[in-house]
Amino acid sequence: MPAALEAITAVKGRWAGVTDRPSLDHPALNVPAPDLPAVLRSLRDEHGFDMLVDVSGVDWAVGASPRFTVVYHVFSTAGHEYVRVAADCADNAFPEVPTATAIWPGANWHEREAYDMYGIRFAGHPDLRRILMWDEYPHFPLRKDFPLAGIETELPDAEVVAETKTGAIAAPMMGGPFVASQGEINLTDAEPRAKDESWTERRPKPDA
Amino acid sequence: MVSANTELTYNSKIEGDVIVSRADSVINWIRSNSMWPMPMGLACCAIELMATGASRFDIARFGAEVMRFSPKQADVMIVAGTVTYKMSSALRRIYDQMAEPKWVIAMGACASTGGMYRSYAVLQGVDRIVPVDVYVSGCPPRPEALLDALIKLQEKVKREPSASKLFSA
Repeated sequence: MPAALEAITAVKGRWAGVTDRPSLDHPALNVPAPDLPAVLRSLRDEHGFDMLVDVSGVDWAVGASPRFTVVYHVFSTAGHEYVRVAADCADNAFPEVPTATAIWPGANWHEREAYDMYGIRFAGHPDLRRILMWDEYPHFPLRKDFPLAGIETELPDAEVVAETKTGAIAAPMMGGPFVASQGEINLTDAEPRAKDESWTERRPKPDA
Repeated sequence: MVSANTELTYNSKIEGDVIVSRADSVINWIRSNSMWPMPMGLACCAIELMATGASRFDIARFGAEVMRFSPKQADVMIVAGTVTYKMSSALRRIYDQMAEPKWVIAMGACASTGGMYRSYAVLQGVDRIVPVDVYVSGCPPRPEALLDALIKLQEKVKREPSASKLFSA
């Protein structure tokens, strides 16, 4: 039996709340948020999953419950296997899970990014600031209720704002969104470009 | 009989030690032939900007090879790449630190309009935050396009009323 399957069997036996997670590729676990640090530490110290590959967030939908999930991928550098660990956030309005920075210092920036994009707080994180957007930015851009074009917001530098009289605006989406065509062999045709020119900034989008 | 004048340079033995010209043309001649760029490389356009500076395209042919990483010593800011909102304040401050006279080239689709990044994070055209003199299309533009923009900027500088600006204040 591969080490990854052994590991998740052992973890499931030890923590009652841990369950299998449907997965097409790597063995995966659903872990209750309070057990998360202990499960990750056990995977690292007892089963050889010594590398944290990434920490990511999921926003399932505005009305969904649980709305937010945090997903960890851990990798065994000796066994060359992955295990995926997912933890649902109990509170939909103020999602929070315990931090993994005490286990892998490399989790620090991953968790800051998940906080920046989804507003998921990591309890015990040493420096939970935004990492991509500026510190005063009031929104969480990858949430499902945030429009792709953005929301009008003040820029951080007051002097520059006074000089230029400008701020972050909702981007003009005329003909957009500008996404690449999937499955297109010809790269010129696959390039991101206007897909729908039936509406403009002045003419509203026709109902589908 | 008309003798062909083969002298390409000024010959003081023939014409004396005096040159008559307009202050505008002298100042603009000086300015336009040694424009020191501030390479504001923010994305892949910066790679083409580097290629423009390297031997094959050689921006030195147009007197703009002295890339200055201090804004105090630069004349033309080449905004090469995607300007995010987070970067835009820093970009404006660097522009403010450049000494007059100063010019801006918006290189590529992103710097000119935001390009394909119609998103919450990207400034929709650098002209929202600094005055732009020349826009270059392309994603990224080829080095020839940037050289063309530089030549266009030189032509624009040569038309400026520099003397009246300098001496009227």
